Amino acid sequence: MADPVVIGIVVFVLASFVGFEVIAKVPPTLHTPLMSGSNAISGITIVGALIASVSGQGALVNVLAFFAIVTATVNVVGGFLVTDRMLGMFRKPKPTSNEEGGR
Amino acid sequence: MNANLTAILYLVAAAAFIVGLKRLGSPKTARSGNSVGAAGMLLAVIVTMVNLEGVSWWLIIAGLAIGSAIGAVLALRVQMTAMPQLVAAFNGFGGIASALVAGAAFVTVSGAELASETILTMLLSVAIGTMTFTGSFIAYAKLQGIMGGSPMTYPGQRAVNAVIGAILLALLIWAQISQDGIPFWLVGVAGLILGVLTVVPIGGADMPVVIALLNSMSGLAAAATGFVISNTALIIGGALVGASGLILTALMCEAMNRTIWNVLFGAFGGDGSGAAAGAGGNAISTTPDDVAIALAYAQQVVIVPGYGLAVAQAQHALRALTADLEKRGVKVAYGIHPVAGRMPGHMNVLLAEADVPYDHLLDLDDANTTLGRTDVVLVVGANDVVNPSARDDSTSPIYGMPILEVDNANLCVVIKRSLSPGFAGLDNPLFYMNTTRMLFADAKKAMTDLGKALESI
Repeated sequence: MADPVVIGIVVFVLASFVGFEVIAKVPPTLHTPLMSGSNAISGITIVGALIASVSGQGALVNVLAFFAIVTATVNVVGGFLVTDRMLGMFRKPKPTSNEEGGR
Repeated sequence: MNANLTAILYLVAAAAFIVGLKRLGSPKTARSGNSVGAAGMLLAVIVTMVNLEGVSWWLIIAGLAIGSAIGAVLALRVQMTAMPQLVAAFNGFGGIASALVAGAAFVTVSGAELASETILTMLLSVAIGTMTFTGSFIAYAKLQGIMGGSPMTYPGQRAVNAVIGAILLALLIWAQISQDGIPFWLVGVAGLILGVLTVVPIGGADMPVVIALLNSMSGLAAAATGFVISNTALIIGGALVGASGLILTALMCEAMNRTIWNVLFGAFGGDGSGAAAGAGGNAISTTPDDVAIALAYAQQVVIVPGYGLAVAQAQHALRALTADLEKRGVKVAYGIHPVAGRMPGHMNVLLAEADVPYDHLLDLDDANTTLGRTDVVLVVGANDVVNPSARDDSTSPIYGMPILEVDNANLCVVIKRSLSPGFAGLDNPLFYMNTTRMLFADAKKAMTDLGKALESI
């Protein structure tokens, strides 16, 4: 069995290729929502922030973990909400047919 | 929770990110795609919290509550014109969060001998995360108008940046080998400084590239943190964002015919030297009444918006004008240059807010095809992206940048407050062409005046 770090590199490289493939054809109209939506996904570091908040490691760890949770949560909550708000404004060519979502 | 089940659930979260991003690629599915991504994130957070043991719950709950409140207020109150700076700020928060996690992990394991790859990924996370943080907030300050948008330069700037970069590299090597706290934290300090110094010399109109690049970096910082805590959801999510940011960065550079190095280190524009005064000639000014008549009797009208539209908050007034034209049977399209505005897709969001259907927005190639058979083109707050020098004058600094060829239309009306050069500090020969008329006004006032003049026709 390979080292965890090697497995991590494998995952990272493959995921990068998936990212390039999935995003390469996004039309310019959606560049801003794509950026703010993907930005919210980079807030996945919130998982690390939660794990870092183990107690009994001293005040410094608590302070670092606390600010990590706050900033990551701002990134996640704000990023997804603002993307949703933006996309809610994108009007479809035919204003009457609003079958998708309808919000 | 069983470790295998946990790993599978993280994989489900990562798959949700991929599906979500895929759906963000089409206007019809984009909103649900964003929700799929958010659901993946919620799953990842829940799985993590179920597995937590021996943590300070008060700290977690307080952090989540404060972060959610700040994020929600920012997201729901921001004006669409201020979207670039908000995205920049969110990038910065994501970057610093990754750096803080790596810092906390370093303190937690301090004393023990670390595997070389562990300390390396911690250091990378701290370096990238801190640079993203300060770089993003300098971009925020420039976009928000707290700092001037023009490039700030001083003699020896590149040398200073190179020295700081070299110091950062030396600190990384020192920390990597010694695993000592002092160089570890100094890496963070150097990252903070380098983030400031790198973005300060970059001008406002290059911000689309900067924001896309910072977006990519916030993803890479998250991926590095994923290595630190051996979590595949972070590695996959971070890699996806890193890739998407890089694609947008490349697209923006391509749209300006410049390399990323030129954008980052060129301190482009703003010095006002060169041919600014010379080219000249007589610009012909016009009145709202004359323009309204031309618009009312046109068959095809194209609107070319730029950053001036956002500054003047003129998108709704513009939409009112074009709605009136459409009622009269005039075909109206919008030509959107990829780097118009201050972030990728900035104009599209503004026009969407003003209720313009997205299929009326033409990209560069389609717009240029349409401009060949256009009666009237209205240039609203755009300048460099319609500068014919980029096409005709091989000595121009922007030569080779693809432009919207508005001079191919029968009549080109440029709405601008004055004849002052654009961001690049270049004169624009378009203003002096026979088929060009200048309407000197603030974009919003011009739109309102045109609307009134049109009513009386």
